[in-house]
Amino acid sequence: MSAELMPYTIKDHPVTGVYNGKLGIWLFLASEVMLFGALFSTYILLRVTAPEIGPAKWPIGHEETHLSVFIGTLNTFILITSSVTMVLCWAALKKGQFDKGRALLVLTAVLGAVFLFIKLWFEYRTKFAHDLFPKTSTFYSIYYVITGLHGLHVLAGVVVMFYFAGPGSKLWKDDPDYFTNRIECTGLYWHFVDLVWIFVFPLLYLL
Amino acid sequence: MGTSHADIDKHVRAYIGVFISLAVLTAVTVAASHIEFGSHSTNIVVGMLIAAVKAGLVATIFMHLKWEKKIIYWVLVLCFVLFAVLMIVPGLTMITSMTVGGS
Repeated sequence: MSAELMPYTIKDHPVTGVYNGKLGIWLFLASEVMLFGALFSTYILLRVTAPEIGPAKWPIGHEETHLSVFIGTLNTFILITSSVTMVLCWAALKKGQFDKGRALLVLTAVLGAVFLFIKLWFEYRTKFAHDLFPKTSTFYSIYYVITGLHGLHVLAGVVVMFYFAGPGSKLWKDDPDYFTNRIECTGLYWHFVDLVWIFVFPLLYLL
Repeated sequence: MGTSHADIDKHVRAYIGVFISLAVLTAVTVAASHIEFGSHSTNIVVGMLIAAVKAGLVATIFMHLKWEKKIIYWVLVLCFVLFAVLMIVPGLTMITSMTVGGS
């Protein structure tokens, strides 16, 4: 089977001490840190070079940004909850409880989808309706780029989780340990997406 | 990291603890943003410190870094150094623009 083609999907590699998928996802996440890091760096530069008065002034707080702190906080809670359902899914699979694990995986994916729905329907749509576009200001350009890129990451996570809850779950019957490791890697990615939001939320909505 | 059922149960308790901490710290961040700490810069520092604590909890417990192998730590050390460079870049840009007389 694929075990010969892709060794160390379950057992730890003798050189690295971890299974290959885990090293792979961490290397990928390191590159993701640089991707989002470049945008945070841009955010800092745009903010500190913004004039202190006039229309190009950096907006702070709801009155100036027109961003809803309530929606931002709600979405933060949704992502935090989805992170805990994700680790609980992995813990259930580790104990051999497939049905419970799959239910938690579906719940995680649904929470991710709810986050996206709130983002698109209650935030982007109403911003567009009030003529707030990326071209509106430097604040809005970096707001749309960071939240947009983050949203794409949420979307990718939701797709992967629905895949593993649906057709991808067949792997559990053949090789439960391999499947559990894949879920751990999916979780690592998902927590990273949560981690990025932990910084995005105060930087754009609060401070 | 242990993988017996008892170990997993211990993990689950840690996960719930982190979940509660994250929820509380989110409320604290929102509340702190309404307090004026003298200057707005202080508010930014407070907000970022709380975010760093939250990120630390997610990374150590949810992402299993507390129980991880050395190679993952080395990947992250390298990543952190390069990330720090990225954060310094805006500062360098400002120093350069000041020395050449820009605004």
